Amino acid sequence: MITVKFFASLREQVGKGEIQLDVAEPLSVAQVWAQACDNAPLPSHILMAVNMEYSDQNRLVDAGDEVAFFPPVTGG
Amino acid sequence: MDEKKVLIIGLGGLGSPVAMYLAAAGVGHLVLADFDRVDLSNLQRQIVHDTTQIGQYKTISAQTKLQALNPDIEISFIKDMISEDFLIEDDIDVVVDCSDNFATRFIINAACVHAGTPLVSGAALRWGGQVAVFSSSPQSPCYRCLYSDNEDEGEACSDAGILAPLVGVIGSIQAVEVIKVLCGIGNPLSGRLLLFDALSMQWRTLKLHKDPTCPICSN
Ligand SMILES: [Zn+2]
Repeated sequence: MITVKFFASLREQVGKGEIQLDVAEPLSVAQVWAQACDNAPLPSHILMAVNMEYSDQNRLVDAGDEVAFFPPVTGG
Repeated sequence: MDEKKVLIIGLGGLGSPVAMYLAAAGVGHLVLADFDRVDLSNLQRQIVHDTTQIGQYKTISAQTKLQALNPDIEISFIKDMISEDFLIEDDIDVVVDCSDNFATRFIINAACVHAGTPLVSGAALRWGGQVAVFSSSPQSPCYRCLYSDNEDEGEACSDAGILAPLVGVIGSIQAVEVIKVLCGIGNPLSGRLLLFDALSMQWRTLKLHKDPTCPICSN
């Protein structure tokens, strides 16, 4: 299982805060997003983290990893 | 701290608490940058301004408040648009990014990297916010390391909406980090990104990495 978490406004957009993905083989972070979000396109400027470390969308993750997505935040 | 000079870019929701706390704390010289005027719709969250100042430039409006808070500090303004080189000739100790769009944030970041000036970056939108400190050391990541492209302006608070006290939370943390960097104390959020989700009241700290292909901070 990969734990997938959505923060702040992404939680509302996606409609869930956390889901578990069953995986048979390692997936990229972008593939995790696609599987968790019904193939919705990855929003631009979204921040991604694997096991609490900043990650780009190509990093591979496997069962036991936690992938978190954070909305782009620019306002001030 | 009375010898220090801090540049605050943006005197909106984040810049308001940053400027007020730094003025009250006695940072000797605050340099303010903002080209907008105060609008009634700002006042829900931009608490350095008030209803008697609608229509004034935000820099002037903020100066009035800050000088009333602490008459002993010096306040000056940036008059020209900022560029990637505008910090090189300056003796600013810390830059605080309280701006509201990606384009400005990328310019501020490049200016700080070029001049070797520490940057305390904050942002907030809707229910979420983030803070990071980008130090001037060559091993440290910069703001641009976080984003693979620099297109897309991002959403503004005025369009997307924002929980008013959220900018107080994030701006106050920025002020804390500025004071730590100025005094050389504690562990600033350097190489780390602090993320806040107000709806679930959750905090997260992500470890950041320098992007070896970053067009700004890598050679
Ligand atoms: Zn960089």
